[in-house]
Amino acid sequence: MADRKVSPDQPTPATGSVGNGLRVIGVPRRRVDARAKVTGQTRYADDIFLPRMAHCKLLRSPHPHARIREIDASRARAHRGVYLVLTGEDVPIEYGILPVSQDEQALCVDHVRHVGDPVAAVIAREELTAFEALDLIDVDYEILTTISDPEEALATPEPRIHDYGEEGNIHKRVALDFGNVDEGFAEADEIFEDTFFYQGNTHLPIEQHASVAIKDPEGKLTIWTSTQTPHYLHRALAKVLQMPPAHIRVIATPNGGGFGGKSDPFNHEIVVAKAALMLDRPVKICLTREEVFYCHRGRHPVLMKFKTGVKKDGTLTAMHLQTLIDGGAYGSYGVASTFYTGALQTTTYHIPRYRFQGCRTFTNKPPCGPKRGHGTVQPRFGQEVQLDKIAEKLKIDPAELRLRIVESPDAVTANFLRLSTINLAECIRRIVKVSGWNEKFRKLPEGRGVGLACSAYLTGAGLPIYWNKMPQSAVQLKVDRGGGVTVFSGTSEIGQGSDDVLASIVAEVLGLDTFDIRTYTGDTDLGPVDLGSYSSRVTIMAGNAALQAAECAKSIIADAVAERLAIPKDRVFFADKRVFDSAAPEKSFAFAEAVCFAEARFGTIGTVGSYTPPKSPALFKGGGVGPSPTYSYSAAVVEVAVNPVTGWITVPKIWIAHDIGRALNPTLVRGQVEGGVYMGLGEALMEEQEFRRLPKKLSHALVHKFPSILEYKSPTSLDMPDVITELIEEPDPRGPFGAKEVGQGPLLPIMPAVANAVYDAVGVRIDEVPISPEKIVKALAEKKAGRTPRFGPTHFPHVDWPESLRVPPPWEGGDGNAVNDVPRTKKPRPERPEKEQVLNS
Amino acid sequence: MMRLPLFEFRAPRTLEEAARILDGERTNAMPLAGGTDLLPNMKRRQQVPRTLMSLRYIKDLTRIRFDHSGSRLGACLTLSDIVADPRFRNGLTALAQAAAQVATPQIRNMATLGGNLCLDTRCNYYDQSYEWRKSIDFCLKKDGTTCWVAPGSPKCMAVSSTDTAPALIVLGARVRLVSRSEERELPLADLYNNDGLHYIRRRPDEILAEVLLDSLHGWKSTYWKLRRRGSFDFPVLSVAAAARFSSNGVVEDARIAISSAASRPLVAADAAKSLLGRSLNQETIAEAAVIAARVAKPLDNTDFDMTWRKKVAAEFVTYALRELRGDDVHAERESLTRNPSF
Repeated sequence: MADRKVSPDQPTPATGSVGNGLRVIGVPRRRVDARAKVTGQTRYADDIFLPRMAHCKLLRSPHPHARIREIDASRARAHRGVYLVLTGEDVPIEYGILPVSQDEQALCVDHVRHVGDPVAAVIAREELTAFEALDLIDVDYEILTTISDPEEALATPEPRIHDYGEEGNIHKRVALDFGNVDEGFAEADEIFEDTFFYQGNTHLPIEQHASVAIKDPEGKLTIWTSTQTPHYLHRALAKVLQMPPAHIRVIATPNGGGFGGKSDPFNHEIVVAKAALMLDRPVKICLTREEVFYCHRGRHPVLMKFKTGVKKDGTLTAMHLQTLIDGGAYGSYGVASTFYTGALQTTTYHIPRYRFQGCRTFTNKPPCGPKRGHGTVQPRFGQEVQLDKIAEKLKIDPAELRLRIVESPDAVTANFLRLSTINLAECIRRIVKVSGWNEKFRKLPEGRGVGLACSAYLTGAGLPIYWNKMPQSAVQLKVDRGGGVTVFSGTSEIGQGSDDVLASIVAEVLGLDTFDIRTYTGDTDLGPVDLGSYSSRVTIMAGNAALQAAECAKSIIADAVAERLAIPKDRVFFADKRVFDSAAPEKSFAFAEAVCFAEARFGTIGTVGSYTPPKSPALFKGGGVGPSPTYSYSAAVVEVAVNPVTGWITVPKIWIAHDIGRALNPTLVRGQVEGGVYMGLGEALMEEQEFRRLPKKLSHALVHKFPSILEYKSPTSLDMPDVITELIEEPDPRGPFGAKEVGQGPLLPIMPAVANAVYDAVGVRIDEVPISPEKIVKALAEKKAGRTPRFGPTHFPHVDWPESLRVPPPWEGGDGNAVNDVPRTKKPRPERPEKEQVLNS
Repeated sequence: MMRLPLFEFRAPRTLEEAARILDGERTNAMPLAGGTDLLPNMKRRQQVPRTLMSLRYIKDLTRIRFDHSGSRLGACLTLSDIVADPRFRNGLTALAQAAAQVATPQIRNMATLGGNLCLDTRCNYYDQSYEWRKSIDFCLKKDGTTCWVAPGSPKCMAVSSTDTAPALIVLGARVRLVSRSEERELPLADLYNNDGLHYIRRRPDEILAEVLLDSLHGWKSTYWKLRRRGSFDFPVLSVAAAARFSSNGVVEDARIAISSAASRPLVAADAAKSLLGRSLNQETIAEAAVIAARVAKPLDNTDFDMTWRKKVAAEFVTYALRELRGDDVHAERESLTRNPSF
């Protein structure tokens, strides 16, 4: 049976080494979870119904800023059908995603900081009963001054929204100098100064957050929840509930979209966990859409000022970037977001000297956090629009200008980011070609225009959120004697296709089909730790871990087969669910048979793989934000049509090229590119997390203008233009099979490309997003009046910046340390308390 | 998630039975047609009727009758029924265009003509959850005393957001209202008050049963709608226009309505009058557009900036009149809507 004949037309087995003869990787395939999703069989958190299950509703603050004097829940507790009412005292321990921002309480104890902050929870037999009982809870508030934006926060140190942070209502200030920036400006032929504003917006996942918690039959806690970060939630639950992590099981259910909005541990998760433990009953919550707007953690509104020095040929001599960031009511990922607004400017174009100053303030609005492109989207908008202005002034085509200044592969940037492969130039050339750029730019009739922009993004954050030296991703494989292979990992499938990535890598290595692979992911009991689905880290980190585990399993099986066939091990080849002698392919075994030999020879086959990113050369304080094993690059051309009377703007077509390294599953990659383009277009044209301040003499409330999926405007599938996607593939040595990220990068060039296209169409600059018809009409009026044809912010307020950390760039002999700070070495750092660590996300 | 409040459900089979139920329940009951507006409103506690009386099982209400003198349209025809029926063309095009631009296909499959005509007025301060409205201490339209759009106003400023009403008004539609004690017919234009709270003159015991139209032979009509997304949004400004031309292109009769710019659809009679006896050219169109736009008085309670909405009103009238004249306005139409157009 071992020597079954192979038909002559069977493809010749390839060497099996990475990069050659791939049979699964690179082939457009239906993703492994597609059938469940299109047939409605995927079980999201809200699809879970358990016997005796109770329902939870949260009472939220109607005031933007207040002290809680007293809560009287006696009437609610007495209401028929109510099982339990929780208030802040029941779960008082503070938590937060970052060790330096442990500033949230599951239910506010004495201080509410935005409309929607939860103050009490009702758990009842019916959801309707719980809702009705909310009105029976009496809360006595003392109203405090409301702070609605960063300028107000800078001017209003008291009352403080939090009693930590830099001072007053400033959460975080950073200042970093890489080289002598003033000298850089002195060398410039032209200096450009521009102020931009990027409005905040939210993730708008179709699935609203939901959680179900139980006290399991053994008396331990299990929670099913829509989360991107089951491991971090696991830690937060252990802290707040004061339980050993071993007694808590977090199961991340498939997410109906995350985009960063399900990356924090949330108050509702802690509340249902606590309630389930107290009641010994399953407790469920499914947030309303409005509540999702209050969870938020979305894009920070950022005011930014770019000062950039250039030579006549377009060479950049220096850049000074200032960002003022509206953080909302809590820390969330905000410290990392602040650093991110200044981190990636240097990854696309060579900037020899760079100064970054960033300031995040607290305001009485739902907390901002990480949204697709985390913190880098806003300054990328400013940078790419300013480059368009520079190109025009220097009379250089915007594509040509960028080609001249693209950063080199394997470079270490001024801020000590080590780059890997860069195919940005090829992206630009390809996009110029397919879009017909040279025939369109400055040549289309009035009202039509094209704009170009580029971007880069991390392929996984280099550091974990809490300091540790352990792997950031891990995979365990179980190889069954029936021929099946099971992947266990802590990764969470949020719709991005991470289960498919794991299955395809394992299938490729073992010569199987993805249908032969089972994946058990997002379950802290079943799989080894993975830090979560954020920072575009899963393909590279969990993918490399899966590759390692699969290679290990392959080696064990190959040993057994080599022995059986009495051939050298390097002749054993895996393909088409069989294991061959590559020199004599007629000698082969079914994969299951091969597994049996191996199991008989070596015992049960279980292997592991894990991944830790390479060490970063950035040693200065704050250098933990920005490093990544490698970066993806994108270039986009957007075509617009603008009505010169109404300012009405439409986008008929978008072309985008993405430097993917290698597309593991091109179908998924294209889907991610299009998804990013869609989200970017929404941000460019209409999405706004807007707030409304009612008149002071009346209620003076600061409320979300319209927390509804109908009135928070986001394009639908019908509103999407044609998107032409070009994938640029040069395998990156750091990615599994050469893959880089695609989940976030392709969003970034869209907003600036739209702004640049509007300028090409009607000759006005819209220096803020969203770019709405009203703003275009206002800018057109300025143009008609002979003033600067522009709409956007005009000033950047005064901030008391701290003294910059001065870090000489590599070409000035820098070693990654700040010259005016304690030097740090590349040797493993000593363990320090968590709160002092430099953080990342 | 948001839950409906508890309610009693009634499902009469005849109009008479329905009228009897409403007569008995008075203000405690509301008729339920497609439910696409009322049920979400109930989840937000904007309306909390004790009884919902379904109209879906009354066969008479889904009838269409066309004859030489005009047409009679049952109030429970769905918007999809109207979009799909080729008889709603030529003179009746405005109605088909309006129906086609309401919400999404799924909603049009449920939503009815009568429901759209009775659509509750909308406002940024009103179409919010109970909790949100509580955080602003409610508003004049529901549970509160202040109109947040115009705090000095004694009157609610919520906006008429029905697409089909302005279209049917320029088509000269009448409606038949049936109650236990009487039946009455009134011009559709007279069904509405310019008051966001008391926006409709249908009494709580009345059922809007039918829409009646005279023959529109020789007429052309059109409907234009402003909204953020061409796929799915309530109107924040709309223009309906209808005209009858002589063989040499002179306007013999014309009607223009501007809607979603007040608590009721507004008839721009002066603008229509300015066109009589003249042919539609650049000048007459521009003149009529300016006059028509004067009636639009948008406030800051919908999507988009109110001054901009006011500014583009004349432009929208221009689109409508140019289309009636026979201009190719496909490009303008396609930039504004992703729905099928006629």
